[in-house]
Amino acid sequence: MKKIFSRRTGNPFIRFILMMFLIFFALFQIYPLIWLVFFSFKSNEEIFGGNILGPPKIWKIENYRNALMGGDVLTYLLNSIWISMAVIFLSTILIAMAAYAISRMKWKLSGVVYWIFMAGLTIPIHATLLPLFILFKTMGVLNTPLSLIIPYTAFALPFGIMVLRNHYETIPREMEEAACIDGCSIYQTFFHIILPLVRPALATIAIFSFLSSWNELMFAMTFISDTKYKTLTVGLQSLTGMYYTEWGPVGAGMVVAALPVLIIYVLLSKQVQNAMLAGATKG
Amino acid sequence: MNRFMGNKKAIAVFILPSLFLFGGLLLVSIGFSVYYSTLEWSGIGEGTFIGAQNYFEMLQDVIFQKSVKNSMLLAVLTLLLQLPFALFLALILTSGIKGEGIFRTIYFIPVTLSTVVVGQLWMKIYNPNYGVLNSFLQSAGLESLTHNWLGDVDTALYCVIAANIWQYIGYHMLLLYAAIKSIPQDIYESAQIDGATGVKAAMRITIPLILPTLKTCAIFVITGCLKAFDLIYVLTNGGPVNATEVPSSMMFNSIFVINRYGYGSAMAIFIVAECVIIAFALQKMIRTRQVEY
Repeated sequence: MKKIFSRRTGNPFIRFILMMFLIFFALFQIYPLIWLVFFSFKSNEEIFGGNILGPPKIWKIENYRNALMGGDVLTYLLNSIWISMAVIFLSTILIAMAAYAISRMKWKLSGVVYWIFMAGLTIPIHATLLPLFILFKTMGVLNTPLSLIIPYTAFALPFGIMVLRNHYETIPREMEEAACIDGCSIYQTFFHIILPLVRPALATIAIFSFLSSWNELMFAMTFISDTKYKTLTVGLQSLTGMYYTEWGPVGAGMVVAALPVLIIYVLLSKQVQNAMLAGATKG
Repeated sequence: MNRFMGNKKAIAVFILPSLFLFGGLLLVSIGFSVYYSTLEWSGIGEGTFIGAQNYFEMLQDVIFQKSVKNSMLLAVLTLLLQLPFALFLALILTSGIKGEGIFRTIYFIPVTLSTVVVGQLWMKIYNPNYGVLNSFLQSAGLESLTHNWLGDVDTALYCVIAANIWQYIGYHMLLLYAAIKSIPQDIYESAQIDGATGVKAAMRITIPLILPTLKTCAIFVITGCLKAFDLIYVLTNGGPVNATEVPSSMMFNSIFVINRYGYGSAMAIFIVAECVIIAFALQKMIRTRQVEY
């Protein structure tokens, strides 16, 4: 049953070496983050030489208070949260409907439309930056949360439609036939019968939409200049070197930006990974 | 049934909002970008039509040439270092080693982080005075190797590449891991009877079977590097002395720092064309059969 470096045939010494390698690499992936947490609790004296590598000698919890209260990090955090929630909500609905029309319903142009969305997976969004900037400026949307919610939602569509189309196609046609015979409308069929069947895929899509809007920088820093609408990524970028002579609170801001994502990942990592495994398995 | 699933009104209700939003934003924007790229325009008042002049200027611009070269180097080195390493990790993790799930979860953590956080973090790691890297070298007695990593034109780009690999290796590892996991066990069982186990099975069975996924990974790495912006913007913003300049950082600075909307748009179109052409060429070049089990 074993695969490559098989346990049955592999020799214990090689297995030991491989294990050491995996552990070493895990440390390489995780130590910088642990170091960041240490950093975020340190005073300037410890950061600038006293104690660079290890845990802080004195844990300065007030770094977090200073970052959250003094440096607008709380505002950035709340903006990031509600903007990404809006994006998740809008994009999931749009994706669910569009992918359904493309993969299950019968119309001539469905192939062309699918192709248009899939082109969006390859085309970099760079070329939309200036035109959207000018468009939003003329519409008066610039410097409001809408200027981020609109593009984030739009650019979440291709990935979601691709994932969901694959899931819809595994549903037997008889589902809709039965619903049709029972007198359901197409809308009832979609919302009450089909959607519940793809709930795990919807979760995957929501997670991806969340990550991409939470982490986006280029649009956020171009379209928002008002502190009260800034998201965490831009906020952090402007924190560095602006107000602070203290470095600890900057580290605290970074931890605050990373934490929601990490919590969601730790809680749902199985779900995300299983969804990816399911998508990669054929038949 | 056909009338039920071919309900024109329902189709319109389902597809039009997305199509309008996405098509409108992406396709129309790119159209506008093409138009802007033919203008000499500072964003104020009307631009002057100058045809393809921005493109000629761009292609002759020494710094732009350097930025293209940098992004190619970024793509090639990331591909050569990240993909074999990710494959190696995926092969070990699928071999039935203890702690498979934990390692997989840990390796994927940096992928979920914002590039701003990753960039800021690595900036602190590379910091010559209080960074982890130099302190680590010092405590290991390798003081001669300590360095102003991001401030030196010779090392800055490699520092960006290292941070980029650190962040995304887990992503490719997971894609490959999933592909290997989806290979049916009985293939290995019959291979074992034929005497193919261990490394031999990996080379002869696993790698050929996951070739389509490897191709996908390669395309992601290359197009991802060609359009890379966030990490470079945060770590170096193209410096020192343009050592890490890439087309997207030049595009951004041309538009929003020196207000040359037309010139920056020409770069945006260049990035789009470059990514699309290379992705398409890679698709054609590496022919893989879709494997059916």
